[in-house]
Amino acid sequence: MSSIVPGLSQFVHRQRRGAELVLMLLSLCVGIGGYAAVGLGVKGEVPADIYGYGTWLVALLIGAHVAVRFLAPYADPVLLPLVAMLNGLGLAVIHRLDLSAGESSSDYCTGTSFGHQQLTWMTIGVALFIGTLLAVRDHRMLQRFTYTSGLAAVVLLLLPMLPGIGTDINGARIWIRLGPLGFQPGELAKVLLVVCFAGYLVLHRDALALAGRRILFVDLPRGRDLGPILVMWLVSLAILVRQSDLGSSLLFFGLFVIMLYVATERRGWIIVGGAMFLVGAIAASTFIGHVHSRVQIWLHPFDHYNDVGGSFQLVNGLFGQAFGGLLGRGFGEGQPCLVPYANSDFITATIGEELGLTALFAIVLAYGLIVERGLRTAIICRDDFGKLLAVGLATSFAIQVFVVIGGVTKLIPLTGLTTPFLSYGGSSLVANWIIVGLLLRISDQARRPLPSLLSDDEVASDATQVVKL
Amino acid sequence: MNRPIRTLTIGCLILFVALLLNITYVQFVKADDYNDNADNRRVFQATFSRPRGAILAGKQAIAKSVPSKDQYEWQRTYPKPFEYAPITGYLSYQFGQSGIESSQNDILSGEDDRLFTNRLIDLVTNTEPKGGNVELTINPKVQDAAYNGLTALGSDVQGAAVAIEPSTGRILAMASTPSYDPNGLASHDLNKAADAWKRLDPNDPNGRMQNRATRTTLPPGSTFKLVTASAALEDLKMTPDSLVNGTNRLDVPQTDKDMHNEDGTTCGNLGEAKVSFTTALDWSCNVSFGDVALRLTDAQLRTQAEKFGFGQRYLTDLSGQAVSSFPSGTLGPAFRVQTAIGQYDVRATPLQMAMVSAGIANGGTVMKPYLVDRVTSSSLDVVDQGNPTPIDDQPAISSKTAAQLTQMMESVVDHGTGTPAKIPGVAVAGKTGTAQSDPNRPPYAWFTAFAPAENPKIAVAVMVQKSGTARNDIAGGALCAPIAKSMIEAAIGQ
Repeated sequence: MSSIVPGLSQFVHRQRRGAELVLMLLSLCVGIGGYAAVGLGVKGEVPADIYGYGTWLVALLIGAHVAVRFLAPYADPVLLPLVAMLNGLGLAVIHRLDLSAGESSSDYCTGTSFGHQQLTWMTIGVALFIGTLLAVRDHRMLQRFTYTSGLAAVVLLLLPMLPGIGTDINGARIWIRLGPLGFQPGELAKVLLVVCFAGYLVLHRDALALAGRRILFVDLPRGRDLGPILVMWLVSLAILVRQSDLGSSLLFFGLFVIMLYVATERRGWIIVGGAMFLVGAIAASTFIGHVHSRVQIWLHPFDHYNDVGGSFQLVNGLFGQAFGGLLGRGFGEGQPCLVPYANSDFITATIGEELGLTALFAIVLAYGLIVERGLRTAIICRDDFGKLLAVGLATSFAIQVFVVIGGVTKLIPLTGLTTPFLSYGGSSLVANWIIVGLLLRISDQARRPLPSLLSDDEVASDATQVVKL
Repeated sequence: MNRPIRTLTIGCLILFVALLLNITYVQFVKADDYNDNADNRRVFQATFSRPRGAILAGKQAIAKSVPSKDQYEWQRTYPKPFEYAPITGYLSYQFGQSGIESSQNDILSGEDDRLFTNRLIDLVTNTEPKGGNVELTINPKVQDAAYNGLTALGSDVQGAAVAIEPSTGRILAMASTPSYDPNGLASHDLNKAADAWKRLDPNDPNGRMQNRATRTTLPPGSTFKLVTASAALEDLKMTPDSLVNGTNRLDVPQTDKDMHNEDGTTCGNLGEAKVSFTTALDWSCNVSFGDVALRLTDAQLRTQAEKFGFGQRYLTDLSGQAVSSFPSGTLGPAFRVQTAIGQYDVRATPLQMAMVSAGIANGGTVMKPYLVDRVTSSSLDVVDQGNPTPIDDQPAISSKTAAQLTQMMESVVDHGTGTPAKIPGVAVAGKTGTAQSDPNRPPYAWFTAFAPAENPKIAVAVMVQKSGTARNDIAGGALCAPIAKSMIEAAIGQ
């Protein structure tokens, strides 16, 4: 059987699973090598558990690779190794901070087992990644859950508000605590909201784009088309504002505007979105106390250095990065523990300090590649729902990376978001692994050769050939 | 939907490029700014956690880092704290650093670009980067003599002693008392260090942390007559044998106040109307020098002082060198005669007066004083070396004038006011000074000298600002000359 059927001939993607394996081995070198380098740099010796650790990492990542081989053979070969590299490096850096815990009373490295917890979360993440590939054999089935996932997202976002299981950490009420496990339901809600947005927009894109009135350069859609999604968005946003989770509010808003733009192909939405963002940002920084102080800290970091809740964290992150310079201090030679939350929000400052500008460039480029592969998947995807879903998922990485690294490096005001795959934090890690699972699923569908429409005919013609003869 | 996705791709590209540019800005462009920020504890903590290079005087380390058991791994120690504190300065976690610790910080901490290859090797071989060492021009024996001489005058004597090698400008000794113990400030126990800081009161200009050798300017008294004599020999074509007023009274024009010698008698109590210029310097006769000053102009005196280094900042190895000053503007006869004998508004540091002597000793060329002899990497490769340079293209005085002044200064020590500095077998050239312009404070005692006169190896200046000595006994010859003498002996090995 050949696909070189005249008229239907088209470019056929190769599986490239071998390439993925080779890249995966490189990622493992980063992960395991990083772990060894941390031991050498901080303690002066290769960690005793390097074999156990290495075996575990190999098992997890090769396991993920094998799963892709069987479950999504045509999936993009670059995404998984990139994610594996970032996750492995993140583990090493978190472990490095664990090793410095308690060295000095003025340090902010507190726990000694964040690295091990993160490895556990990574295991769960990879399991859910494989689970996603298993459960979602065709991403189009997710379209059926448009409203369900929307509702689920709202419920998840509301969970931390419930007394009893919700916990307040650093002024943001975004955590739930079930026994020993802490979880940020917002991270999962992010995935569900993208599914919901994609499902809704794909159904209503024509109506949104074409029906409606033109007001001030913008074709406004009819209320009944836009209404449900707008309500959905406002609800999630209101919850976020009440919970003081600025970063996620920004992420959701950005996702919403971008997906609306892609679905309707109307630039006006970007303009309207941008205007709404500006109004919202100015209003928030004027009327909401902690947003105002964030903006002040961003504008004049050195004036608020000694204030309570001032710029101490931001400025020390900058000092750390400056201290790292081009090549970094090397593991164990920097003072990343001077920065609060060096292993989560400020993990890129830690990397900048100890591994330098060079490593930070590599990381930003890795994120850039992930986004690029995600958007490429969207472009080659054959169905609109898949396109929108891939755009949403890829963009969620882009916005997160920009918001958090931009915040840490004082490009934009600092808001709390995790750096995908690098930062300590189970919920985010697990959610991001699920996102990668979905992206691989879509790209598998997109790159898979078209099911030959002629096959039935051919079989039929084969069968009838004898008769013909 | 592909068109908006492509647009979106470009949008994302812009975001990521913005990130890359901003990271470059933070970690490369602004890095030095951030590293120098006063709030940045990181650079300092690294300084404390790394073996910092040593500061050496001769073969002995006067500041070094020794392994420490606490959080910082390395403890800065100063083996002879009080004697060398004015030079080494201190290294403190909270209060920054001073002295050589500050001016040579990049070398000592290993951050200096001149140590780049060493850093690269350390990086490749994965060894801990080490700071370079700073070898000073200080001669420990001369330094001992200077410090011990000053402290022998009393526990809280305020004074300073400086020695320079005339031909190069190498600073051989620099002592200032009362001094302080930088070990207390370098303590890793931050409360202890803060207490020590508070006790020392670093902002007190008369405090222990004041390096009087370079930061205190006082009227130099009669030692300034060397500058006046230089101008007279150069500009008035006088000789050591020229005759000057030797009486006990000088009628100063435009004022009804006459000028008298310090003891009120005729010059050297000789009872002569005219004495030679040499005799006038021997006995440091104010009347005679007032007579000379009236023949000179303000500009001639000022230019001569500036040629010796007044009004200049020449010491780069220590921060905060005070500029010695000759009063500005038109002085007029009354003030000119006072200025010519080192009173009124002329101000000099002990270092400056040592440079006057050194210039005369060096045939008229004043060398730029320096403290850092050699800078070596941790593996003892020389990465930089002190380079003797004159402070000016033109010599301060001609070699002929220098020879004449040397002869006159030898006479001062041989049978004038400077006899306490006499060393058997060595020709010492010197000049005393006692500045007592203000009756409300004790006079400042000065002595400056160089030796051996025929081939000078050392030029010194000693100043005692305040001591327990009774007012009438304070004189440069009695208080300071013995210290200068022992410094000279230490330098020429006697």
